[in-house]
Amino acid sequence: MELSTDVLTDMHRRMVRIRLFEEAAGKLAEAAKLPGFLHLYVGQEAVASGVCTALTDQDQITSTHRGHGHLVAKGGEFKPMMAELMGKATGYNKGKGGSMHISNLDVGMLGANGIVGAGAPIAVGAGFGNKLKGNGNVAAAFFGDGSTNIGAFHEAANMACALKLPVLFICENNEYGEFTARDKTMAITDIVDRAAGYGMPGVIVDGMDVVAIHEATIEAKNRAVRGEGPSLIEAKTYRFYNHHGVQNLGLKYRTDDEVAEWKQRDPIFTFEDRMIDAGTATRDDFDGVWAELRADIDEAIQFAEDSPVPDVDQLLVDVYTEMPAGATS
Amino acid sequence: MSRKISYVQAFNEAVRQEMRADETVFCAGEDIGGFGGVFQTYAGLQEEFGEERVVDTPISEQAIIGLGVGAAATGSRPIVDIMFMDFICVAFDQIVNQAAKMKYMFGGSATVPLTITTGGGGGLSAAAQHSQSLEALICHIPGLKVVHPSNPYDMKGLMTACIREDNPTIMIKHKRLLGMQGEVPEEPYMIPLGTAATLREGADVTVVAWGRMVNEAFDVAEKLAEDGIDVEVIDPRTLQPLDSETIVESVRKTNRAVIVHEAVRFAGLGAEVAAQIQEEAFDYLDAPVARVAAPFSPVPFTPALEQHYQPSAARIEQAIRDIVARPGA
Ligand SMILES: Cc1ncc(C[n+]2csc(CCOP(=O)(O)OP(=O)(O)O)c2C)c(N)n1
Ligand SMILES: [Mg+2]
Repeated sequence: MELSTDVLTDMHRRMVRIRLFEEAAGKLAEAAKLPGFLHLYVGQEAVASGVCTALTDQDQITSTHRGHGHLVAKGGEFKPMMAELMGKATGYNKGKGGSMHISNLDVGMLGANGIVGAGAPIAVGAGFGNKLKGNGNVAAAFFGDGSTNIGAFHEAANMACALKLPVLFICENNEYGEFTARDKTMAITDIVDRAAGYGMPGVIVDGMDVVAIHEATIEAKNRAVRGEGPSLIEAKTYRFYNHHGVQNLGLKYRTDDEVAEWKQRDPIFTFEDRMIDAGTATRDDFDGVWAELRADIDEAIQFAEDSPVPDVDQLLVDVYTEMPAGATS
Repeated sequence: MSRKISYVQAFNEAVRQEMRADETVFCAGEDIGGFGGVFQTYAGLQEEFGEERVVDTPISEQAIIGLGVGAAATGSRPIVDIMFMDFICVAFDQIVNQAAKMKYMFGGSATVPLTITTGGGGGLSAAAQHSQSLEALICHIPGLKVVHPSNPYDMKGLMTACIREDNPTIMIKHKRLLGMQGEVPEEPYMIPLGTAATLREGADVTVVAWGRMVNEAFDVAEKLAEDGIDVEVIDPRTLQPLDSETIVESVRKTNRAVIVHEAVRFAGLGAEVAAQIQEEAFDYLDAPVARVAAPFSPVPFTPALEQHYQPSAARIEQAIRDIVARPGA
């Protein structure tokens, strides 16, 4: 498949936007400016970007605790995202969700999720709705290797296959669930082995190669739109930082050498090198993109810092469409 | 011999001593082996007892509880960990329909000496799926016992009692008490399940609180003593079975009661305590039983809202002042 320069530029921009957002969030967390937990997506940018460049604004995604990258890739704006991380009223979730629940339904992002595995069944529901409406949209579920050990994943996979729903299962296999290596918690090496058990095709792609992910997604999406049901894509990838927070070296459960090896395959820098070698872009082009987006991030941080926190009367707003009198006791 | 150790260390010591004394005791849970648990409650246990008795499980809450139920019913004494209390929802069938009911359904022939440990409570900006206090849900289920220690001494004594108990127990560790220091004897000891502690004797009003709220209430009581308000503070320590006798006796003496908990007020455990007080001490009451608890909403992420969500010292103080201000009979 020959990808147009526009698509390649778009992929690159999305990856850089994720990287800059996450690095900025990490710095803010270190400066104690972000409350709560922070699970950074750095290292995995190619997966969200490759998938989301193959989707339309009307297609939906579900996400995980490591969800900022998915939202950025799906079209989330820096300002309301940064404000949400800081717990401000101008955030996408009005400060009520934070990093672990960040969402924006306007771009089809059905939320980061604090419960491992919980996104996949919700994607099945979105896919079901698409099929019922006959709108030609697909729903993609992002999930980690570790989450494929939970019942919700298996129920979702089976149901989507049984009902031939337009759903894409996107596994980001970064080899760890929290602080425990994958081989301690499953007897298979490739998550894709699970696909056959439900009757869907499964492919392994290089999770550091945005183009490979994009192409696999296009194929899975075409299949789903033709009414042939879901596919599973396993992207072999790596998170550069710790499970949460910003430490990356000196961790007990993985070696610094392993981190260094994966960093050699940085999804953004390797993409840039390939584009430059192919004559599709120049170093100056890329420098320009980074500089432009860096300015956007700085502006978003300023916006978030200047934004007000929600008023206390917001506490009981949005529990229901309207709070019933009897519920508050 | 007594020395000061933390809430986490008290938990760890109870497990370690019981594992040394009884080789049918084993532990299983996510990240508890190599990593020692995300709260370090299981630190060092795998080093001492090996991978067979301190097991890193897949992210599979339902199977983790099932592992405990099946092993318990066939002669082991398992301790299984559900990282955050919110995740018990993923395993609710195994807890509610299996563990709790097996003895009864089988006409008494099965015994399930299972301990489930989990981290509860909010105040960490961990948002709606990592902050809940769900004790009312589990205390409602016949067959389960529930403990929630407020200090290191109670932690060790209650955890030891849970492990030796022949019925399924749920040990709720409060996430904001993990580092709390206190005097703890080195030798093993049990606090019998179902016995409350009267932390402070007083004549004017009884405050019943559990978990972190005990410590808040105690500090408020000390402060109010300076204003001549004499508060009795009771920590039930075990929520199921509840030491109603100690509570009722106290209210018969003070004629006033305030209940404080972190969970939402509507159908919270405070409602049960209040009902028992009016049933057993109606003629002694000088004021309606008061409750200080969370409003009827999920736990908000932003500290700006969560600080108003959690019962604070100020709210507890106000409730006590209001109730003692009511003229008595
Ligand atoms: C039901 C449930 N169990 C446990 C957790 C705690 N937890 C959060 S992330 C995580 C690891 C997830 O691993 P994986 O799916 O591989 O995603 P990754 O973090 O590697 O992106 C765990 C165990 C949770 N949030 N929900
Ligand atoms: Mg993983």
